[in-house]
Amino acid sequence: MSELSVDPYDITVKSNGLRRRRIVEKVFGVLAIGSALLACGILLVVLGTLVYKGFSSLNVDFFTKARPLFGENGGVADALVGSALVVGMAMLMAIPVSVLVAIYMSEYAGPKVSRGLKIVLDVLNGVPAIVVGIFVFGILVVGHGQSAVYGAFALAILMLPMVARATQEILEIVPRSLRDASFALGVTKWRTTWSIVLPAAIGGILTGVVIAVARVAGETAPLLFTTSIAANEISTDVSHALPTLPVTIFVFSESPDPGEQSAAWAAALVLIAFVLVMNVLAKLFAGRKRRQLEGS
Amino acid sequence: MTSTPYEPAAAPESDLRRSGIRLGDVLFKGIAILAALAATVLLGWIAYKVFDLAWPAIQDFGLSFIWTEAWDPVTNQFGALIFIYGTIVTSLIALVIATPLSIAIALFLTEIAPRRVAAPIATMVELLAAIPSVVLGLWGILVFGPWVHNHLEPWIQDTPLGLLPVFSGVPLPGGSIFTAGLILTIMIIPITSAICRELFIRVPQDLTDGALALGSTRWEAIRGVMFAYAAPGIVAAVLLGLGRAFGEAIAVTQTIGNRNQIPPSWFEPGDSLGSKIASEYQGATSLEQASSILYLAAILMVISLATNVVAQLIVVRFERARRAV
Repeated sequence: MSELSVDPYDITVKSNGLRRRRIVEKVFGVLAIGSALLACGILLVVLGTLVYKGFSSLNVDFFTKARPLFGENGGVADALVGSALVVGMAMLMAIPVSVLVAIYMSEYAGPKVSRGLKIVLDVLNGVPAIVVGIFVFGILVVGHGQSAVYGAFALAILMLPMVARATQEILEIVPRSLRDASFALGVTKWRTTWSIVLPAAIGGILTGVVIAVARVAGETAPLLFTTSIAANEISTDVSHALPTLPVTIFVFSESPDPGEQSAAWAAALVLIAFVLVMNVLAKLFAGRKRRQLEGS
Repeated sequence: MTSTPYEPAAAPESDLRRSGIRLGDVLFKGIAILAALAATVLLGWIAYKVFDLAWPAIQDFGLSFIWTEAWDPVTNQFGALIFIYGTIVTSLIALVIATPLSIAIALFLTEIAPRRVAAPIATMVELLAAIPSVVLGLWGILVFGPWVHNHLEPWIQDTPLGLLPVFSGVPLPGGSIFTAGLILTIMIIPITSAICRELFIRVPQDLTDGALALGSTRWEAIRGVMFAYAAPGIVAAVLLGLGRAFGEAIAVTQTIGNRNQIPPSWFEPGDSLGSKIASEYQGATSLEQASSILYLAAILMVISLATNVVAQLIVVRFERARRAV
């Protein structure tokens, strides 16, 4: 009876190298979990460092005063104002064009043209931010000098493909039946697009806009050549270079002065808080609107 | 019974209105076409303008600029090799480390983790991509760089890897090619893993089920079926990550150490294309001063555009093949 210790119905027993295969399977599982934990760990370490190093410098002065050329006190109010203006102008430039491009792709263009435009937008999205900065430097800054408007234009170029692709993707899942119902009532195409399709897709468009704003709010490279050489004072004159949050962090990060370094940490904490809030907002918009559209 | 279904008297007014309506349609379509054209022209204009800006330098230095190892403003000798080397090495370090990690993360999220665990982890990986490069660079220059220099680099030198010439030598403080490569790794993991995740989700369930039913383990099903199905997509995902790594300027310039020389060891400071351009921004007030920097920008644009276009072409072919199935 002792030779029957093997279960005759267990077909896996005779399989070659099952032990080895099971070990490989285990190792794979552990490595996969480990990789995911590593990525999460890096995020937490970076965020933790920012809070640890930056939180103590946050006070009222930090948000309301500019940093003097010499001395310890003061904040980054000048950069906050500058960033808000530059990003705001970039939104004004990029959003209308992006939405129109998306409308053309989903409502008017044939599948071939639409696919071509998708590639154009994706390649545009792949142009390095610093090259966009050089481009704007070449067409606008040379001969005119730096200005916040040129910085905004550079950021708008970066926003365009992001917002256009997000909008186009959401327009494509707006149900055909909504458009047909509108056409059947005799409504023209542009009115249908404007009053039926766009409102149905507004959640998805907002998601794209919010993510793009979060991305460009932290972009430094395109601003270096367009709006970086500026005085540390609160100004709203967009025809001149304005200090911005990313450029301020960049300059302070390479400073040997510990006071400037701690200002860099605090500014980075403010920037990342903004970026995270925008991303959470985007998630909320996206979840709700997609459910609505797919439910209808 | 003659019926009068149509009122001729009403026609002129309705025609008028209809032409007004048609005008709206034509205008709207026209504006949309213009916007689409503008986006296309913009891409071409960027490519043209960057070359146009670099043209004086291209004529001055010729093509040999690309393989000249020099950057000396005093003797007016300039070349791109130092920076091309830095760009390629940092990006390759990032590629080699990030690719397996990204694929493993994507597999964990799609194949292993229960939905309730996968969702928050996927969100965290996405947020990793949301960290602005300047913030990651700040962390890299003040926290991560010194840790790599004091702990990671000596540790690697104690392992058999330390025998390789690129890991030899005395690590220098103040940034290194290796640190910049690791920072780029962190930046491209979320990009590559997000695309891989989409790919793995779209692998038909019955294919993997078939493999499992034939007695393969989960890993064997993944290796034999999912990888085979998604291979072109994975290549595209890796290339998109690589394109991002090539083009990153800020985080690299903060962590690479900025030295105008090809270092014998990766644990020493070097420089990359994007990094060099970014670090010279204050010098770029006139075109003459900036011309060799603009040449670097043109090279960077060609490298990253080529990477991106190849990735896009792979995606297009992949989708066409899938539609044909």
